[in-house]
Amino acid sequence: MSAISRDQVAHLANLARIEMNDRELDHMAAELDVIVEAVRSVSEAPIQDVPPTSHPIAMSNVLRDDVVEDGLTSEEALLNAPDAEDGQFKVPAILNED
Amino acid sequence: MSRTELVQLSAAAAAAKLAAGEVSSEELTRAHLEHIAATDGDAVDPADRSRGKTGLNAFLHVAEEEALATARGVDASRAAGDELHPLAGVPIAVKDNIVTRGMPTTAASRMLEGWLSPYDATVIAKVREARMPILGKTNLDEFAMGSSTEHSAFGVSRNPWDLDRIPGGSGGGSAAAVAAFQAPLALGSDTGGSIRQPASVTGSVGVHPTYGSVSRYGAIAMASSLDQIGPHARTVRDAALLHEVLGGHDPRDATSLKDPVGPYAAEAAAGAAEGGLRGLRVGVVQELLHAEGLQDGVSQRFRESLEALRAAGAEIVEVSLPHLKYSLGAYYLIMSSEVSSNLAKYDGVRFGARTLPEDGPVTIERVMAATRAAGFNPEAKRRIILGTYALSAGYYDQYYGAAQKVRTLVMRDFEQAFGQVDVLVSPTSPTTAFRAGEKVDDPLAMYLNDIATIPINLAGVPAISVPGGLAPENGLPVGIQFVAPVREDARLYRAAAGLEAALEAQWGGPLLGRLPATETLISARTEGAAK
Repeated sequence: MSAISRDQVAHLANLARIEMNDRELDHMAAELDVIVEAVRSVSEAPIQDVPPTSHPIAMSNVLRDDVVEDGLTSEEALLNAPDAEDGQFKVPAILNED
Repeated sequence: MSRTELVQLSAAAAAAKLAAGEVSSEELTRAHLEHIAATDGDAVDPADRSRGKTGLNAFLHVAEEEALATARGVDASRAAGDELHPLAGVPIAVKDNIVTRGMPTTAASRMLEGWLSPYDATVIAKVREARMPILGKTNLDEFAMGSSTEHSAFGVSRNPWDLDRIPGGSGGGSAAAVAAFQAPLALGSDTGGSIRQPASVTGSVGVHPTYGSVSRYGAIAMASSLDQIGPHARTVRDAALLHEVLGGHDPRDATSLKDPVGPYAAEAAAGAAEGGLRGLRVGVVQELLHAEGLQDGVSQRFRESLEALRAAGAEIVEVSLPHLKYSLGAYYLIMSSEVSSNLAKYDGVRFGARTLPEDGPVTIERVMAATRAAGFNPEAKRRIILGTYALSAGYYDQYYGAAQKVRTLVMRDFEQAFGQVDVLVSPTSPTTAFRAGEKVDDPLAMYLNDIATIPINLAGVPAISVPGGLAPENGLPVGIQFVAPVREDARLYRAAAGLEAALEAQWGGPLLGRLPATETLISARTEGAAK
């Protein structure tokens, strides 16, 4: 039995904001199935009562001093924008019109 | 000196000649630029960058003008008697996922084609401060995801030992450039072996420093708890010299350590000296000695390396990393989870490519989905989707949560092993370089090749890959990996330089001295294709 269905991949692709056609969804479902099967072994490891590690070296929050520093100028920040207007990033409609 | 002689100089030798006034940085830099032009090849199809180049295709961008300007500036300062960094005037190549002002940074993805960074990565600022001419940006698997450069949007790089084979990945461009004498030094990034595995399969040296010891500010993030910038070089000493340039605390990287840097080059010199390995306890990782798919020639050269270490005075001990078998699964879950989060910013809003949907309403959500569909390759999509799955409600504990606990077990394994020995040793990669196209359709087979390199990233410990000879069955390089405890990078350089010196004494010179001339391989290949 496959662990991941095509519908599930369609849902994940939507969450990840990646458009996929039917052929890509089928292909991805089959590939993910193999990969998920292979990585499933982690839950068989002796991990009861083992704390999780998020970073190899334990860290605490790092804050910089609260002083004003020069950052990017508006021009520099917008240099690579696909579209900009009046010093702002410009995007298509946020809300669906219908 | 001829172009060939100039490009074959190690960084240390070139630095000495520069200091002595025997060569100028301009001559040295020009020789490397000419060698790149002669060996990287021409565009296969100038209208389609995805087809790459006819030669090594190690470079995505060559920064000729900037490199020569830096070189001339160093020459002028030297003539004026200014104090210079020891590596001033020695050229370097940079993996194209490290951001640079004034030249493109693409991460080998269509998503960033044409993007120009408004700032320099901290390691680039350090390279510029040392006044090392930057030759250009090297090829990689898109966003550093892959083990072969076959996932680059701009064509595969080629292995200088055999142009039909891959140079490893993701940093195949940097490794090929260094091995084929296009650059004496290069910067790489290592998330699961992306510096060490390419070094292994090209017969060069690559280092994964202790996590946090080299700033990641300006490295395009793939998996932040695993990513680490480090050096590519042809000799252990050169890698050590570059590591000393790169290391140090950076307030712009929240994971940056405050440890002092070095002494790496001095430890390398000590390790290479007579008796330099006396008393060193070297642990042979039993699980990696019996790894699935370990190639005969790799196993043979590894055993010979152990003999060389023993003859040099090291004590060889068997050690075990009992949870190693879980590390591959943990790595792929943690890495892809972090990838899915880090790559969320490529949405066509603030920078990078923007693609409009082919039909239907043009809303921001649909633009994002179309942009990401067009901008990412299948491997990036696979990892983003796997990460989204591993982090999604209902699966978190089973996958990502379990993987983080396995990570603790792997770290404990290393701690236990380092209670018995000073360094660990294994083959870097279970096989020599595979043929382009051989594994690209089988992601799992590709992943299995990383079994010796990925536990290092999970634990954040430092590791180095050094040449261990050529596999008898195919004449391709074998890499030997040393691993040291966290913050003990200096120990790596001692052990690796000791092995390098012992093996080079047996071979009668460096392994790359046996590399066939790249120009000859390219013309043979071009003629072969024409027949």
